[in-house]
Amino acid sequence: MKLGKVVGSVVCSVKADSLTGIALLLVQPIDENGKHTGTPLVACDAVQAGPGDTVLYEGGREAAMALRPSFNPSDASVMAIVDDINVHSGTRS
Amino acid sequence: MILGRVVGDITATRKHEALQGHKLLIVQPLTAKLEPRGGCVVAVDSAQAGAGDTVLVCDEGNAARLILQDRSAPVRTMVVGIVDSVEAAAGMSTEEWEKL
Repeated sequence: MKLGKVVGSVVCSVKADSLTGIALLLVQPIDENGKHTGTPLVACDAVQAGPGDTVLYEGGREAAMALRPSFNPSDASVMAIVDDINVHSGTRS
Repeated sequence: MILGRVVGDITATRKHEALQGHKLLIVQPLTAKLEPRGGCVVAVDSAQAGAGDTVLVCDEGNAARLILQDRSAPVRTMVVGIVDSVEAAAGMSTEEWEKL
């Protein structure tokens, strides 16, 4: 999984029927220090994340499996809302 | 699988049910010479790895589901072992090793 920050949301009236009711979040990938890494992506929400939340998101088929009903077409889904990122001191080379 | 180093951990109360009860570790991918390579990933721990441990990371969903014994777990990246040592093949020269 990767770390990200919810920076917005995306509204689509026309979309796959099975995605009805699933929030689409604009997620800015970040590293463990909160620094932006790469361009924002759109991820399906599986945990009621909101704007400003730091989240974990997964790609691949696991993104589709995380949603209800299972195997809902998604290649990125938010799997967790992060309470705390704890970077251990002295372990980076 | 890749080599990695545990550089942190994540606390998350609200998360997908498949992640409940599992430690989430921040892992820095490493080269064969145990140098940092690329950005960190967050992996589910199945080896009781600790801070600073060099670990084996498997990034394949079916493997993760086999370990978790859960056919529907949307988990892919997992710490599957703690590395004791990495050794060059017998007969490999220092020059060849340094080129990796």
